[in-house]
Formats: sequence, structure tokens, C-alpha cells
Amino acid sequence: MITPTPQLIARLAAVGLLGVIVQTAFVSQLPIAGANADLSPLLVMAVGLLCGSLAGGSFGFGVGLFADVVSLQTLGVSSLVLLGVGYGAGRLREARDPEGTLVPIAVGAAATLAFGIGFALLQFLLGVDAPVSWPLLRQLLATFVLNALLALPVYALVRRCLQGALPEDPRRRRRRAYTTGGLSPLSRGAEIRR
Amino acid sequence: MYDKTVRRRRAVLGLLVACSLILLTAYFGETGSGALHGVQRGTSEILNPIQEGASRALKPIRDLFGWFGDTIDAKGQVEELRKERDRLRSEVLTNEIRTSDYDRLSSMVELDGALGLQDKGLKTGRVIFQSPTVWYATVRVDKGSDDGVRVGQPVINEEALIGRVTEVFGGAAQVTLITDTTMKVPARAGRRSEFGIVEPSSAGNPSDLVMKFTNPGARIAVGDRVVTRGTEPEDRQESLYPVGLPIGEVRRIENEGTDTQEIHLRPFADMRSLDFVQILTNPRGGQ
Repeated sequence: MITPTPQLIARLAAVGLLGVIVQTAFVSQLPIAGANADLSPLLVMAVGLLCGSLAGGSFGFGVGLFADVVSLQTLGVSSLVLLGVGYGAGRLREARDPEGTLVPIAVGAAATLAFGIGFALLQFLLGVDAPVSWPLLRQLLATFVLNALLALPVYALVRRCLQGALPEDPRRRRRRAYTTGGLSPLSRGAEIRR
Repeated sequence: MYDKTVRRRRAVLGLLVACSLILLTAYFGETGSGALHGVQRGTSEILNPIQEGASRALKPIRDLFGWFGDTIDAKGQVEELRKERDRLRSEVLTNEIRTSDYDRLSSMVELDGALGLQDKGLKTGRVIFQSPTVWYATVRVDKGSDDGVRVGQPVINEEALIGRVTEVFGGAAQVTLITDTTMKVPARAGRRSEFGIVEPSSAGNPSDLVMKFTNPGARIAVGDRVVTRGTEPEDRQESLYPVGLPIGEVRRIENEGTDTQEIHLRPFADMRSLDFVQILTNPRGGQ
């Protein structure tokens, strides 16, 4: 787990602030195939994958709260769902540490799906009187596809923004040591026996 | 060390979930003038200029994307538009005959004009924000209380009624569109001005509205125009919307002739591409 430094917190705040403003002032006003991309789950997913569950969850809560405030929506809905998304992405990193290039696409798509379903469920729980219609599902599906396409560039952008502020992760450092000629505890044991 | 880390992680998660639930409960339970709503409005007030600046700065890029989209859409619409052109040609001929009849009739009943919105205090505003989720059909415009905008005022674009003002700030106003699930608009349709309530058919579907509570025997047909009803002499409360603002066109009728009759209409206004809108700051007209 990465311990957030003041520099990292400042950068995360800037990324969240800028992300929500770009979302509301640009992406939301740009319909593609009748739907809009939603940057919030992608940003949260990227932070979760890069910084772990604690930072991911907190960032998700912050971004959700800010989005709810800016959009004059019911406070707490987006923050609750995005908190789960960020925490989930962070736990994935901590437990499995996925390395593939396409991981952000899969996790981004899953984050979008989780956000869409979670948000819809909360809306229904809060008593929104609206039937689930085909156009609604189509929009959610279109957003899912658009977000999957955007996941990789958003992840790369967030990683670039946070580069330098991310402390060296001990697990990655250890693994790099094994792969670049360093000795793992097992091979070290074998060396000693010899 | 590991246990401590796990405990800390779980504690933060639990704290944030609790915060979210408290916020949600408190916000949902309080009135529009409550503390959380106040904080939300105050923050929006501060952020509105930033959003407006960002919206203006990014407009060229939006337009570029829009141009690509429009070109692709336009190709698909050619055949449909050709058919519509043929239909409109025949309608023009019919309308020319009707116009001459109308001129004679209007002079007889001294009708000054159907819409006459010039005295409604129209304020033109630019859309600076659109709700990022399909669950809220809202936009924000760069005209606010400083320009005479108040909560409840109807909003139109160049085609039809699009919604009403639901929040007002100094230099901006939040407009809830007629496609939002919270909106209901008293309307009338057909030759006999049959009454009904227009509301969205479902969330996230900006191209389908439904007119409910119509008389089962109402004479409404596909193609009829639906307009706002306005205030009738027998009404206890004055309607927020002046009479005769266009809303949409009847597309199909479900359960026709029954108590659960639902008249589906396509709104005239394209809610997905709102750029400039007009707020009726004096919807009742006059001074």
C-alpha cells in the first residue's frame, strides 16, 4: 500500500478537479453515437491501479463528491459508487498486481460498468420513477464502449501526471530486482545450500 | 505491520462509506434551502466562471467533433429528408389555401397572433454545462439572477420548449429539461385542444415523451402538434408555462381509447445539442 505524500495528494486533487471540469464543460457536451463518455470512473480506476486501494478509494470519494456538487445532484451518490470503484481497482493492484498493457482497458470497462450499475441501483433505491428502457440501456452500453476506448489514454495521462510523486512500490522493486539479475529469497537459499 | 496496514485501510474505507451515506441521507432529507444545498449552490457559484471559461475555450474542439458527427449523420438522413421534402411540398400547397382562410378568420376574431413571445422578457443564454449522467437531464446557462432569471421560468430554444429554471445563481441558472424524470408539463393536443400531462417516457431517452391523463375519447392523431396548455380560467394556480409553446409531435398512441392511453411524442427540440437557449423572464407578459 502506498502512503500518500503531500505531493501526491496535491497532484491527485489537481487531476480530480481538472477531470471533473473537463468532463462537465467538454466531454458531457460531446455526444458520440448518442451517448457521452464518462471520465470519472476512468480517472478513479487509473488512480486505484497506480496508487492502491486507500488512495483509490479516497480519490473516488473526492471526485464523486465534487461531481455531485458541480452537477447539483444528490450528494453522496457518485462518491459512494466511485469510492467502491477506486477501492476495487486498488485492491486488484495490491492482490494481483496485473502487469499487461491492456489491463487498464479491461479494468476501465469494468469500472464503468460497476459505476453505471451502482449509480442506477442507487437512483432506483432513492425512488427515481423511471422504467428501464432500451434507449437507457443503449446509452449505458455506448458509454461502456466509449470508456473502454478511452481507458488506455486516460490511464497513461494520469500516470504521467502522477509520475515523480509516486513512491517506489516495494513489491515492484523486489520483482524488478529478480528479473534484472538480483536474487530472490528462494534462489538465495539455493545459493547458500550450494 | 501488515495487520496495521489492513486495519488502517479498512478504517478509511468504512469512514468514507459512512460519510457518503450520511451525506446522502442528510441531502435527501433536507429541503431545497437546507445547509447542504446551500454549500452546493455556493460551490457552484464559485465554479460557474471556471466552467464557463472552460466551455468557451473547448468549444472549437467540440465543434470539430460535432462536424464529424454531423457529416456522418447527414449521410444517413438524406433519404429520410427527401421523403420529408416531398411531404412538405404537398403540405405547403395545402397550407397556402389555409393561410388565406386563416387571414380572413383572424381578422374576424381579432386574433393578434398565436405565440407573441416578444413581451415575455426573452433572455438569450449560452449552455455552459450539461449533466454528465443520463439520470439527470439538466443544463446550465450563463444567465442568472443578475439578468432577471428566477426559479420556475420556462426555457425555449429556437425550436420549442426545452425545460424550466430550477436553480438560480448570480451569473448562471440550472435548467431541468422536459426529458428529466422529475418534469411534468400541462399540454394540449389535437384539433379540440385535448388536455394531458407531458413527461419523459423513461430516463435517458431524450427523443421520446409521453402525454398521459388524456381523455380516453380524445381526438388525437399521429402527427398532431402538442403545445403547452397555459392557464385556463377555472385553474386554481397559474401555469408556469404560457399557452402555445410548441413541445413535440405525436408519433404513436398506446392503449388508445382506454383510461391508460399514452400518447408518445417526439420533442421538437434536440436536447442533445443545445447551444443557445432563451429564458422567458416574464412568462405572463405585460409589464
